[in-house]
Amino acid sequence: MTTEHIVNLTLNVNGESVSRAVEPRTHLIDFLRNDLGLTGSHTGCEHGVCGACTVLVDGEIVRGCLTLACQLQGAEVQTVEGLTESGAIADLQTAFHQRNALQCGYCTPGMLVCATALLNQKPHASREEIREYLSGNYCRCTGYEAIVDAIETTAKNRSAGKKLGAAANTTAKEAA
Amino acid sequence: MNAPVPGLKPTNYIGQDVPRQNAKRLLAGRGQFTDDLRLPRELHAAFVRSPHAHARIVSLNLDAARKAPGVFWCGNGQDMARAVSPWVATLTHFKGMKSAPQYAIALNRATWQGEAVAIITAQTRAQAEDAAQLVEVEYEPLPAVTDMETALDAATPVIHPDLGDNLAFTRGVDTGEVDAAFAGAHLVVEDTFRMGRHTGVCLEPRAITADFNPSEQQLNVTMGTQAPHMMRDIFAKHLDLPESNVRVMARDVGGSFGIKVHVYPDEMAIVGAAKLLGRPVRYLADRLESMTTDIHSRHHRVKGKIGVDKDGKIIAIEIDDLTGIGPYSVYPRTSAVEGNQVVNLTGGPYDFKHYRAELRVVFQNKTPTCQYRAVGHPIAVAVTEGLVDHAAQALGMDPAEFRRRNLIADDKYPFTSASGMKFESLSHHACLDKLLKLMDYEGLRAEQKALRAKGVQRGIGLAALIEVTNPSAAFYGVGGARISSQDGCTLRLEPTGWVTAITGVTEQGQGTEGIISQVVASAVGVPVEHVRVITGDTDVTPYGGGTWASRGAGIGGEAALQAGKALKANVLALAAAILNRDAAGLDLRAAQIVDTQTGETVLALAEAARIGQYRPDTLPRAFQPELTVSRQYGQRDYPFIFTNGIQASYVEVDPDTGFVKLLKHWMVEDCGTIINPALVDEQLRGGIVQGIGGALFEECLYDDTGQMLNATLADYLVPMAAEMPDMILGHVETPTKSSELGAKGAGEAGTAGAPAAIMNAINDALAPFKARVTEQPFTPERILRALGKV
Repeated sequence: MTTEHIVNLTLNVNGESVSRAVEPRTHLIDFLRNDLGLTGSHTGCEHGVCGACTVLVDGEIVRGCLTLACQLQGAEVQTVEGLTESGAIADLQTAFHQRNALQCGYCTPGMLVCATALLNQKPHASREEIREYLSGNYCRCTGYEAIVDAIETTAKNRSAGKKLGAAANTTAKEAA
Repeated sequence: MNAPVPGLKPTNYIGQDVPRQNAKRLLAGRGQFTDDLRLPRELHAAFVRSPHAHARIVSLNLDAARKAPGVFWCGNGQDMARAVSPWVATLTHFKGMKSAPQYAIALNRATWQGEAVAIITAQTRAQAEDAAQLVEVEYEPLPAVTDMETALDAATPVIHPDLGDNLAFTRGVDTGEVDAAFAGAHLVVEDTFRMGRHTGVCLEPRAITADFNPSEQQLNVTMGTQAPHMMRDIFAKHLDLPESNVRVMARDVGGSFGIKVHVYPDEMAIVGAAKLLGRPVRYLADRLESMTTDIHSRHHRVKGKIGVDKDGKIIAIEIDDLTGIGPYSVYPRTSAVEGNQVVNLTGGPYDFKHYRAELRVVFQNKTPTCQYRAVGHPIAVAVTEGLVDHAAQALGMDPAEFRRRNLIADDKYPFTSASGMKFESLSHHACLDKLLKLMDYEGLRAEQKALRAKGVQRGIGLAALIEVTNPSAAFYGVGGARISSQDGCTLRLEPTGWVTAITGVTEQGQGTEGIISQVVASAVGVPVEHVRVITGDTDVTPYGGGTWASRGAGIGGEAALQAGKALKANVLALAAAILNRDAAGLDLRAAQIVDTQTGETVLALAEAARIGQYRPDTLPRAFQPELTVSRQYGQRDYPFIFTNGIQASYVEVDPDTGFVKLLKHWMVEDCGTIINPALVDEQLRGGIVQGIGGALFEECLYDDTGQMLNATLADYLVPMAAEMPDMILGHVETPTKSSELGAKGAGEAGTAGAPAAIMNAINDALAPFKARVTEQPFTPERILRALGKV
């Protein structure tokens, strides 16, 4: 790869503007892990099937292994690290922790990002809808039931919180 | 739920759902998996792998690769043999077993598609992969042995001519008078069961980083492994280094299930490259490499026969098991274990006398197979439970009633099975009763009947099982394997009164760290959040086997319990010295030293710890505080501590499409003392779903030339969230008396029984059509074939 092909990329990752020179073939997941040191997102299958590399780009879930970094000039990317530090998913993480909805934890960042998108789109998702939405995220350890439980609990808590006022925020603060 | 362990109250966490401390970093994306590690001057490795199942390497030219951008070093099999000596994976307790010497990189012949023939190291992984494509290899394809049924035929080429034939291992069991027993039976039924070759599919591929410092001859390896001490021994032996100069660390491990407890030639090559180059070398398998080089398993063809009397009592069982293991037995555990387990475990839950088994383990030119979660159990359980249901059906007897008549009575222990397995104490009938109640068996049968009248075909399948846990040295040590059946726990009282626990068992997500912290907190008498657990570092932890064969809680937990009791005794002795009173009147509860009579706090643990560490000058001259203790434990009462359980599956089969819908799954299991119910339940659920994978979806498909046809996650189907059922669980607790903790393992029972339960449920649904399936995975095509529709 010669230097003439190098792309000067500027984008926003987890609220921080970053600029790097990248090869056009660099995938988003490798860019995040190798160039930015954001190792929370993982590679699993490297062809878009397992969901371990799921991140948010401009609010939509994408596969980090199917997206080229150089496609993302000016984009906003959020990873598990950013969602954690902002407190946005603290209640979801607490529900996962309490329900033991993870074992080895390798799929977990992708699961959390996917669940975040689902809960934004369908705040009252049923168990069937949760299972369907997660069907692109592979977990070998849990058998999925605990993950479905944790997301369902979070959905219920959030809708109860909306009615009651700020319960979801309180949960987030407590968890943080 | 309180365990019958004396002296643990009141800070007792045994039986409590304590959320795992170490899960928090994983949830925050702060896990530290092997490939998250970065070392200065590290090189990335890529392998050139054989596209042929069997081929002679005529020539291999690395010149172009050496000139590629970023490439530092390339090597072939001969280069690597200078650093890594070959191995032969046999053990002496498998009499007559044979295998051939295996090298880290193939010398002049590749024996399966995916075997490494060259290694490239470069500044980046992309550069290493680019250069790998420039390696010119001329192969002369050789005939591939792919069909295990013909592997022993005279006309079939012998993969390793020095071995004489393709037979790796054979074993027979015969209790005597088996033919006479069958001749006298009221009814004999037979089936041939086939299990698809499948693999572990850990989401984190195999990963390793090796760093060699020539000045000290020190090798540091970070890798996803279940058994750091075993790997240290192997690296030392095959790289010719003193064992003390090798440090193996396992950080977070992204799933293992037995996949990460074996010696992989490419990982040996990474370590060899680090030694040759004196620089860190890093490797993460990609998914294609994982599918073709992670061990496979479960590829068996078992002919089974059962004879019963007119009351439905089992009189005799006979099996003939044939299994193909690839071109080499896998080091150091060997590839004979799975078949051996099938022979040992078949018929295991039942009280019968006459048993004959024949096992043949053959070589073939496919990915090597070895131990994967529940080793042999899913096969033995499917064979046993398939035969049992078939016999019950032929007798016109309800399958639950058939099991009630044949399961070993709960008061008949200790009991030795027909195959010679010794059971300390099991609870088959208690589990069966609990399961039938939990699932409302009668109600479900009524629903099934009503729906059948409407043309809806539902089936109920039961599967009783036993599981090997807490193994003694009988598993590996007696055969000469340098694999410890013991484990240790070291506890250090910190000056703040907190406790650091350092354990030989390892964590891959099961919750090992969690249960060790619960046991230690309970035994010492401190809040669980005051216990920090360190695992996975051979420079630091007590020597031990690691985590496999469902031994973490039972073996590692007992060592932690004994260490905790010892530390507590030492703390009370210290407190007695400080207070100038008798230790016998003191107890340690919730980080307070209390008067056992009044329950009043007489000294805070933190204060005792402070004095013990910083002010020994204030203590009597003759008293030395001992605030670090270590205990080891190995189970020596039985070869294995068996657990038992029973599963039930409820499915709906569409006879027009052959599709199976999983409606619900139940399991009642007895793993003795339950340390953390949530962790046990999630082991069962995750295990069940892995079993479902093999029953319905997973199979490594090969063509006649030994090419794997579905080596991607798009083509090799694994269970995903949408298809999986909710699972309802129950427990019976029969603590083992071989330890004070009483815990048995729980990691594999789910996987052991699920395929049999699914098979029996499908066959129950197909019964009105007189159709039957016995070949896993039960794909729509196979079901339609059984129905005569395709």
